[in-house]
Amino acid sequence: MSHYLDNNATTPLHPAVKEAITQSLDYYGNPGSMHQQGRVAKQKLDDAREEIAGFLGATPEQLTFTSCASESNNTMLKSVSSQDFGFTPHIITTGIEHPSVFNTAQYLQKRGIDVTFLPVTNDGIIEIASLQKALRKETVLVSIMHANNEIGTIQPIEEAGELCSQRGVFFHSDMVQSPGKIPFSLNKMPVDAASFSAHKMYALKGIGALYLKKSRFKNFSIIPLIHGGHQEAGLRAGTENSLGIIAWAAACRVMKDEIDTEIAHVKSLRDFFETKVTEEINDIVINGGNAPRKPCTSNISFKYIEGESILLRLDMNDIAVSTGSACSTGSLDPSHVIMALHDNPETAHGSIRFSFGRENSMEDVERTIAALKETVTFLRGISPLSP
Amino acid sequence: MDKNQWAYSENVKKHFMNPLNILQGPEEDYKADGKGMVGSPACGDMMMVLIQVAKNRISDFKWKTFGCASAIASTSALSELVLKEGGMSLDEAYKITPEEIIKELGGLPSNKIHCSVLGDKALRAAIDDYYEKNGITNPFQEKSSPVVCTCKNVTEEDIRMEVLEGVTDFEKMKEATGASTVCGQCEEDVKNTMKKYIDQYYSDDIYNPGE
Ligand SMILES: Cc1ncc(COP(=O)(O)O)c(C=O)c1O
Repeated sequence: MSHYLDNNATTPLHPAVKEAITQSLDYYGNPGSMHQQGRVAKQKLDDAREEIAGFLGATPEQLTFTSCASESNNTMLKSVSSQDFGFTPHIITTGIEHPSVFNTAQYLQKRGIDVTFLPVTNDGIIEIASLQKALRKETVLVSIMHANNEIGTIQPIEEAGELCSQRGVFFHSDMVQSPGKIPFSLNKMPVDAASFSAHKMYALKGIGALYLKKSRFKNFSIIPLIHGGHQEAGLRAGTENSLGIIAWAAACRVMKDEIDTEIAHVKSLRDFFETKVTEEINDIVINGGNAPRKPCTSNISFKYIEGESILLRLDMNDIAVSTGSACSTGSLDPSHVIMALHDNPETAHGSIRFSFGRENSMEDVERTIAALKETVTFLRGISPLSP
Repeated sequence: MDKNQWAYSENVKKHFMNPLNILQGPEEDYKADGKGMVGSPACGDMMMVLIQVAKNRISDFKWKTFGCASAIASTSALSELVLKEGGMSLDEAYKITPEEIIKELGGLPSNKIHCSVLGDKALRAAIDDYYEKNGITNPFQEKSSPVVCTCKNVTEEDIRMEVLEGVTDFEKMKEATGASTVCGQCEEDVKNTMKKYIDQYYSDDIYNPGE
């Protein structure tokens, strides 16, 4: 039996989603066609859009479907370099963003756009005061993620959004890790735009959305990344991924009923896990442990040992986790997120993320704790850094 | 799901799960004739090698590491290689190359090669330490590597080490070593030296997981 504790990376399909997919395989029509097949597909698409929008707390017109949240984030950030402001524009984001924001911002920086990466506290939270300080008259976009994918910390989006709206600055948030994982609704959020992804909530990969509160903004235009046909109100060309969207809607439909149970479930697993690990293994750091956090996420640095080794030994025990160690990615740099918290490469190299989901049970947690204890003891035994 | 579909070869898995010749107990209790320590926790890997020397041969080899699966497996394989048939001569041991170890392991993905060179680096450091401790002139350190970039005094060995660290792009090599950043006359030589080692270390036949 395998123990999948990597639900922040992606989630298994919900049975209701699988069923919706099987039932929808024959809606092959192009939603842009006028004939019957096209009209049926268009109807299914509209229904699905409404369902997803409803779940997120938006209206159907506010959602633009994309091929993934990385695309949503790219569309958002690259809009800055695709329009003329009459001055060198300035973007503010954070040091703990997902690579689809972080690396895109670095890319824009190389192309001559000013970018500020806000620092975070040791607990992985940005400070509103530093946002306030960073805002300039040239600031055209602020992009701050909601729940962090690696450590689960939840950023003060409400305050940040309020501040931006007072200053008349466009505010975007990468909210991929929030819906279905924490109590969440866009209608209470002071954001102009937000990114979402279906595969983090038990639906398919390859489908995302960009939420835009209004179709027009005063000082800022959304420029399509992909030009072509008139789909998605001209914001994103390409025949719609109907199956992906229908599957996502099915996930939203069940999650509406299951979300409270799921949140309570993963929280009890995570809390039990952290209590036990703290009791049984010394010299650990729970990254983001003192901040508001997604209840499904636990990110722990194990001192003196390296994350890829931990990951692979757990994998031999059929336990799936992820690590911020450089060695798992092929780059030589450890996780920029853990580095932003501690500025200590050793802590980053030894970090492991455990992320829980609806299918996990107490057995998964107990097996993981046992295997983890054995793994950490073994690796510390062969480490020259162990005291 | 097939858990045998592993990211690495069977032999890497074997050495990783059950590494050989790990130092047991405190370092002080082991009578090392030479000690080599390379890498740093900041880089994500660190290696300690302790050797005992008898009649110019490595009679014992113990190690410890803070490192990834490749570092663990390759050092385990290295220790086995060195101790085979009564122990390698210091001369043989000093000349062990990363390719030999990678071959012994049945291949490594190319982005992991840099993690695997730590063991033999630490071994050479331990041999150097042995000579130094015993006041013997080190017969190996003399053989200096040919200089490729004269302005910055960058040797072929410097370039080889950077390639092993994953620097395979000319601009990155310039940043890493300073080579070819002054007069630029050595550009072709640097590129050719890089190519020689890139072909040697990152050719397709080295990447061969799962045997
Ligand atoms: C916070 C965050 N943003 C963006 C993404 C990218 O999503 P996608 O895989 O749909 O491109 C992810 C997931 O990997 C994520 O966790």
